[in-house]
Amino acid sequence: MANIFPKWSNTAPIQIVICLCLAVGTVVAGVTYYATPKYLRVGYQPIQPVSFEHSLHVDQLGLDCRYCHTFVDRSEHSNVPAASTCMNCHSLIKTDSPKLAPIRNSYESGEPVPWVKIHRTPDYVYFNHSVHINRGVSCVHCHGQVNEMEEVYHAKPLSMAFCLECHRNPENFIRPVDEVTNLTFSYDSREEQIEQGTKFVHDWKVNPPQSCSGCHR
Amino acid sequence: MRIFLAVWLFVVVATVSILGFRGEKFRKPPIWLFPDMDIQAKYLPQGQNEFFADERNDRPMVPGAVLRGYNWDVKEVFDGEYEFAKAENPSAWTGKDESGEFIKEIPIEVTYDLVQLGQEKYTIFCQPCHGRVGDGNGITKKYGMAATPTYHDDRLRDMADGEIFNTITHGKNTMFGYGMKLNPEERWAVISYVRALQLAQNATVEDVPEQHRKELGL
Repeated sequence: MANIFPKWSNTAPIQIVICLCLAVGTVVAGVTYYATPKYLRVGYQPIQPVSFEHSLHVDQLGLDCRYCHTFVDRSEHSNVPAASTCMNCHSLIKTDSPKLAPIRNSYESGEPVPWVKIHRTPDYVYFNHSVHINRGVSCVHCHGQVNEMEEVYHAKPLSMAFCLECHRNPENFIRPVDEVTNLTFSYDSREEQIEQGTKFVHDWKVNPPQSCSGCHR
Repeated sequence: MRIFLAVWLFVVVATVSILGFRGEKFRKPPIWLFPDMDIQAKYLPQGQNEFFADERNDRPMVPGAVLRGYNWDVKEVFDGEYEFAKAENPSAWTGKDESGEFIKEIPIEVTYDLVQLGQEKYTIFCQPCHGRVGDGNGITKKYGMAATPTYHDDRLRDMADGEIFNTITHGKNTMFGYGMKLNPEERWAVISYVRALQLAQNATVEDVPEQHRKELGL
C-alpha cells in the first residue's frame, strides 16, 4: 500500500508552527517598536521660521529659561515669547541679520511669528507646567537637554507610561526648586537623588495623581 | 519553508529600511496612530484660530480693560469683601504719588523674602545686560550692547525708587519695558535687590556686622 501522505508531511506541522510563531512574533515586535511615541514622536524636529539656537542663548549666554518662557512657573502653559522679548536684545545686537527678519517683521507689524509646535499632548490631557516647575520637576525631564540643542527636537516620548514613571515614583526625579531651570544639574549618585527626593516628597507633600481624572478630562 | 524565510527576511529588511530606528530626526509632523479625541475643536493657549483676521486665539487686550486676577489670590479677588488692590495702594502700581511725583521709597513691605524674590527675578531678567553685581557688564556687552550703565554711581544711588519702577515698567532709552514680564510686586522686589547691590558694592569693612567679618577674612 502506497503512503497516503508524502514524506515531507512529517515535518510540515512543526514548520507551520515555526512560520506562524515567526510571523506573529515579528508583527508583535514591529508594533511594539514602531507604534509608540518613542518612535512616532521622538526626533520630531520641524523647520522653524527662525532657527533659534537654544544652545547659544542658554549655554553660552547663560539666559534663564524664564527670560523668554516667562510664565511657565505660574501658568499651565509655557508661553512662547512675543517678538518684543527677542527685540529686548536684538534691537541692538545683530540688527540686520537676515535670519532675524521674521522677528523684526512681527515686532513692527504685530503679526505673530508662526512657530511650529513640537511637544503636543492629546487635547484631553491637562498638563500644568507651573505645578511641575514648583515641585522640582525640571524642564529637562520632559524636554531633554534643550540647553544643548542647536535646533529643538522632541527628545522624550511624553507617553502615558512616561508620565506614570514619575507619578508613581516622584522621588526618583524631583530636585530643589531653584535648580529646576538649571538643565545641567544632577545629583552625584542615584542614592542621593532618592534620599533627597524622598525628603522633598515628604516636605512638599508631593502627591502626584494616578487616577484617570488627575490628568484626563 | 525556504520561501517563507526569504519573504520574512525581505519584509523585515524592507520595514526597517523604510521606517528606520527610534530617535532618528525627522521634519514631517508626527503621525497620530490612534487620533481618537487627541485633536479637539477647542482653543489652546497661543493657538491658531481661523475666525480672527490675525488667526490668534489669544486676543489682545481691549483698550480700557480692567486688570483682574493677574497672579492674585483668586479666592480673594472673587470674595465679596475684596477691595481692588490697585485702589488700595495706587503708588504700588505706578511708582508715583498723588501729585505725580516719583515716590522715594518702596510702597510695599520690604522683607527678606521680597529681596530674595528680587534676586531671583534680577538674575533672570536684568543680569544678562546689567551684570551680576549691577556694574553694567552683562554678557550682552560682548555682543554689542555697549551703553548699559552701572548702578554704582550717585545718579542711580539717589534715584527715587518710583523712577526705577517706571524704568522697569516702561523701559528707558535702549532698554525695553519689563512690565509685561514682572508684576508690580516683583518689580519692587527687583528694586529692593538693586538697592542691596548698591549697598554691597559701595560698602566698607565697617558695614559688615562684626560676627560676619571673619567669614569674609576681613
